[in-house]
Amino acid sequence: MFVRGLKRKCFDGEEDIEGTLAGIKAIPSYNLQRQSLLDMSLVKLQLCHMLVEPNLCRSVLIANTVRQIQEEMTQDGTWQMINTQTTGQASLDRLVSTDILCRSSREQAEGKHVTSCGTFSKDFEGDQGQDISETMSTASSVQTPRNLQSNVWEMENPQENKGNFQKSLDQIFETLENKSPNSVEDLFSEVDNSYYDLDSMLTGMISNTKMGHCDGLETFSSPTNTASNSNCKSDLNELDHIVEILVES
Amino acid sequence: FLGAGGGNDIQWCFSQVKGAVDDDVAEADIISTVEFNHSGELLATGDKGGRVVIFQQEQENKTQSHSRGEYNVYSTFQSHEPEFDYLKSLEIEEKINKIRWLPQKNAAQFLLSTNDKTIKLWKISERDKRPEGYNLKEEDGRYRDPTTVTTLRVPVFRPMDLMVEASPRRIFANAHTYHINSISINSDYETYLSADDLRINLWHLEITDRSFNIVDIKPANMEELTEVITAAEFHPNSCSTFVYSSSKGTIRLCDMRAAALCDRHSKLFEEPEDPSNRSFFSEIISSISDVKFSHSGRYMMTRDYLSVKIWDLNMENRPVETYQVHEYLRSKLCSLYENDCIFDKFECCWNGLDRQVEFSVIVMTGSYNNFFRMFDRNSKRDVTLEASRENNKPRTVLKPRKVCASGKRKKDEISVDSLDFNKKILHTAWHPKENIIAVATTNNLYIFQDKMN
Repeated sequence: MFVRGLKRKCFDGEEDIEGTLAGIKAIPSYNLQRQSLLDMSLVKLQLCHMLVEPNLCRSVLIANTVRQIQEEMTQDGTWQMINTQTTGQASLDRLVSTDILCRSSREQAEGKHVTSCGTFSKDFEGDQGQDISETMSTASSVQTPRNLQSNVWEMENPQENKGNFQKSLDQIFETLENKSPNSVEDLFSEVDNSYYDLDSMLTGMISNTKMGHCDGLETFSSPTNTASNSNCKSDLNELDHIVEILVES
Repeated sequence: FLGAGGGNDIQWCFSQVKGAVDDDVAEADIISTVEFNHSGELLATGDKGGRVVIFQQEQENKTQSHSRGEYNVYSTFQSHEPEFDYLKSLEIEEKINKIRWLPQKNAAQFLLSTNDKTIKLWKISERDKRPEGYNLKEEDGRYRDPTTVTTLRVPVFRPMDLMVEASPRRIFANAHTYHINSISINSDYETYLSADDLRINLWHLEITDRSFNIVDIKPANMEELTEVITAAEFHPNSCSTFVYSSSKGTIRLCDMRAAALCDRHSKLFEEPEDPSNRSFFSEIISSISDVKFSHSGRYMMTRDYLSVKIWDLNMENRPVETYQVHEYLRSKLCSLYENDCIFDKFECCWNGLDRQVEFSVIVMTGSYNNFFRMFDRNSKRDVTLEASRENNKPRTVLKPRKVCASGKRKKDEISVDSLDFNKKILHTAWHPKENIIAVATTNNLYIFQDKMN
């Protein structure tokens, strides 16, 4: 769950920067941590959409956290930077990395490159389960979190949801159009690396003085590793289940 | 810390443990609620599989004066079944979220149990006699040949092995769009409230086809939703007063006499945020997971992620007391957010009524690593204890545990990094009259008693 090899030192800014190159790389900046927290929160919101109704309290709290981060990033000016990155590559990387986290472990084992992107372009007739649509829409809406919120809450209003769903899909199709057919395969041949990058970003989280009191790198005993892994696995299995239902219908 | 009569510390001893021994926990066996009845004779648990198990305390054995009666299984029944909501294509979990006992009015016992959507009133009754000697039927129920009946007799009741039957008497359904988190029986013993994430409904125990909506915080536009209801409870003495807590750390006290829809609170309890502790997780850890009135009704206790707070109903701007449950987790909030532990909902409870003096003195709540904590409001002392099968000899006094937050770990201390976050104690209950506590780990129920001298 945690990146190996990081030094167990308190993050206190300048002293560590004077260290070795490895030391510099090991301690993420506040902005990077904040970005990781944002990514993690968005992933959590996506994985909310399981067979059982998502926990509304948890979703609200995560969405509020996302909003807080956005507000701070808007004040910082860093939010503007992300919004202007409309190049296909950057947005697709985001699509890919969040998509891969939601792929079922079975699909990955079989080496099928069945992607949410692929199924959409073939099967989209408005009948898709909300879960996959919201997976894609939240993935593409890292830049537009307003869509995110409406997707999360409108579980009980599929009619209203279709409007947002349509918008998000348009965005996805736009970015895909810019790519030649082969490059989609190329994109997914690089999948593993981007997966591990996001994973290491997520697991490289340490709290620093800005986020709270810090006493160095946290390591948790293995039982908590299995807890988070099994959460992820059960989430993936349930998403797999949803895909099964949709395919059968 | 102070117990009855003052001056003596309570020493907690292991009494019993219920549940499977093996480490492989079946999902359905995860305990989701624990509640003593009003006399303390019965102890009910609900689990994720929708079952209710009721334990009954043995009558005190006069010869064994050094221990109170043991709790043994009295009744087990399937309260809720999994359902499927076809309209939304979603499962409705059968997990029992809460059990609340009604006070006993006759020979039978009644309790309310609820899952996410439906509340049920169960009647638990004993049968220890059965009629024998029917004229027209054999003992096994077959009808006798009328020509063989030559005499008449009056059927009589004869003793039989005790049978405990549970039957659903009322089903209160279809009133909640969101997940029910609380039920609370009013002091009039005729009505009760049920609260979900956005609404609170008032029911009459006799009427199942109607309920009154008394709180509704659903915004017109769901995109504007930023706060949900997390718990609700009726005042123990005033039947028109109730409180509900929110995910933003506020508690609202409402009076049903003021309006039909109580969306304007009578009082709002909120502690201003401490700017030095502000982080992206501040709101999440301020979310209140449980609220409980004291026996007198003068105070209420709330539990948020890191602390327990005692509020005086006459003071809205801050709690009168705050107790840190596991402050050493404050620096780990990011990891706890990642593994979702930060969303764990811990409950809290008051000590039972003292035999001689009626005041709420000690509060108890759970933590991780199968630890649970008690705070004595008078002496300001606190203790950390562990629910573990390793201390499982009856009358073994529990050894206080200590977590080492930082620095050099002393012998017998456990460091924060070694805590097992899968072993969480979310549900605890205190016998209403005696110093007996029930502590639920993931799938086991521990019963501890104070050491009687």
